[in-house]
Amino acid sequence: MTATVAISGRPGAAVGASLKRNRRWALVTSYVFLILFAIFFLTPPYYMIVTSLKSDAEVAHLASNPWIIANGITFEQYRLLFTGTDFLIYFKNTIIVTLCVVAISMVVSVLAAFSLSRMRFWGSGILATGIFLTYLIPDTLLFIPLFQIVRGLGLLNSYWSMVLVYPTLTVPFCTWIMIGYFQSIPKELDEAALIDGAGHMQMLLRIFIPVALPGIIAATIFAFTVSWAAFVYPIAFLFSADQQVLTVGTVTSLIKADVYKWGMLMAGALVAAAPPLVVYAFLMDYYIAGLTAGATKG
Amino acid sequence: MADVALKNVTKRFDEVDAVRGINLQIPDKEFVVLVGPSGCGKSTTLRMIAGLEEVTAGDIVIGGDIVNDVPPKDRDIAMVFQNYALYPHMTVFENMSFGLKLRRVPKPEIRTRVEQAAKILDITDLLARRPKQLSGGQRQRVAMGRAIVRNPKVFLFDEPLSNLDAKLRVQMRTEIKRVHQKVKTTTVYVTHDQVEAMTLADRVVVMNAGRIEQVGPPHELYHMPKTRFVAGFIGSPAMNLMPARLEQNGEGLMLRLSDALGFPVPQSRVARYRPSAGKELTFGLRPEHITEPRGEGRDPRCEFTVTLDVVEPMGMETMVFFTVNGDEICARVEPSAAGGPGQPMRLYANLNHMHLIDPATHLVL
Repeated sequence: MTATVAISGRPGAAVGASLKRNRRWALVTSYVFLILFAIFFLTPPYYMIVTSLKSDAEVAHLASNPWIIANGITFEQYRLLFTGTDFLIYFKNTIIVTLCVVAISMVVSVLAAFSLSRMRFWGSGILATGIFLTYLIPDTLLFIPLFQIVRGLGLLNSYWSMVLVYPTLTVPFCTWIMIGYFQSIPKELDEAALIDGAGHMQMLLRIFIPVALPGIIAATIFAFTVSWAAFVYPIAFLFSADQQVLTVGTVTSLIKADVYKWGMLMAGALVAAAPPLVVYAFLMDYYIAGLTAGATKG
Repeated sequence: MADVALKNVTKRFDEVDAVRGINLQIPDKEFVVLVGPSGCGKSTTLRMIAGLEEVTAGDIVIGGDIVNDVPPKDRDIAMVFQNYALYPHMTVFENMSFGLKLRRVPKPEIRTRVEQAAKILDITDLLARRPKQLSGGQRQRVAMGRAIVRNPKVFLFDEPLSNLDAKLRVQMRTEIKRVHQKVKTTTVYVTHDQVEAMTLADRVVVMNAGRIEQVGPPHELYHMPKTRFVAGFIGSPAMNLMPARLEQNGEGLMLRLSDALGFPVPQSRVARYRPSAGKELTFGLRPEHITEPRGEGRDPRCEFTVTLDVVEPMGMETMVFFTVNGDEICARVEPSAAGGPGQPMRLYANLNHMHLIDPATHLVL
């Protein structure tokens, strides 16, 4: 008996040691790649911060090391950006456009998704697929016909045209996200609500929206990102500085022919990146939960 | 409270007839259980009563009113679902009061009704919790509480115990029966578990392939099944069913199971079965009516010896399995009487409880 235990003990210990060794290797490999990944993705923001805190002279001095600030930190680029350009107008316009687009997108897509996923009507399945297919048409194809529509409505060179056209990008995808999320909510919940006395609107407002909040937040972040970062439509539809949005405004006002105001460009890009960063930081958990909804049972 | 009636109710999904013209009268305060195998139409029937499915043909009457076109919220019914269907973002109190709020019941009354229901179900301490903080049994109680607070005309239960483990299921079964005895609301309960049906129901409705096979009190269904399906479905272990030939035996009748095995039909049944003499029939006898020879006054011609295939000790009794003409037969014997597998055992068939079924019509003779 003792002999059996001694013999069977050795392979057990060997397996244990092997598992420990494997785990250590897995951890080391993970850390190495995570560090490489972090360096790769944090290098551009670092470069932007460093450049935005340099003077124009230091930026232009080709012999200096671009990765360090040799002549001291200066906030001159930020001061010039806010006082000497229309950056704050672009910022304000972008906020207005983004808030409106997010609001419109969420109202339309939540209502569309609810009806497509929960209200049985003829052709709802085909309609749901059709909505997603519209998302697959790139904005570089859509902007020519949309130009005609925007001009017809008298909204050319007005940032309100962005409020009209951005939802063509955001609504289909947000609806698709929300359809998936609503479908993951058990059918019995709406039936229980129906029996409790709720109408369709009460069911949506008091049951579906609170339960599907992670999905709604995921869709909101998507709409926010698309609206904040859109480039093709503003460059096609907006011409004057007072109507311009951040993406196009920053580039057109800070790049004159072959003269690049690198310091201000970097400062502008950093300031422009701040709101999405804040939104992501606060809502990331919900965003991930929204994207993975329904991936597992229960 | 109200009575419920189904009149020639039919439900068709595309080309499939889920429910085929059923008629059922449920008096006020009665606890009726719809039972049957998967796909028999029991849940569809319940959902039609709830208004969650439209009726293809026929009428559903609640409290004397035809409610075919009345939406669920206006039928004054409450339903408990298999997966509880609690609102995950609301507390237990909010879950239970949701229906009352939608009906604009005054707040003090809502609080009183929720607290009363919570007391009945012993969930007062859970009112501030959310569903994810509750166990399966507690969730089921909350789902029942949500139904009780509404004080509806009819309770509908759709397999409410299916998600619970065996022990909790027995506990909750008793709980449901206790609640019904307290509130005495007309109840329609759907299950595929015939033990649940037998223990809970005032009357059991056995459904099969979209039709009602038989309606009656549990005792009647168990002892006097009208069809082969009911005979085989009700009872656990199921009734032994095997082919047999009914032969004339002088003034009496003889039931022949094989060349070597035959039983005399009791005198009390001879007149009833005589018209079927000479026919091939299906013989049915419940396991508890095949025992070791015991008691006085038994007919020695009904004793026989078998070789046991499987022996299942259950504690207070033992199930023994053997084969007759290739059919597996189960007998319920005293634990001390059973031998082991492969051993011979002397058994006695009590034919006073026998059933004969016409294989052509599947009706019990």
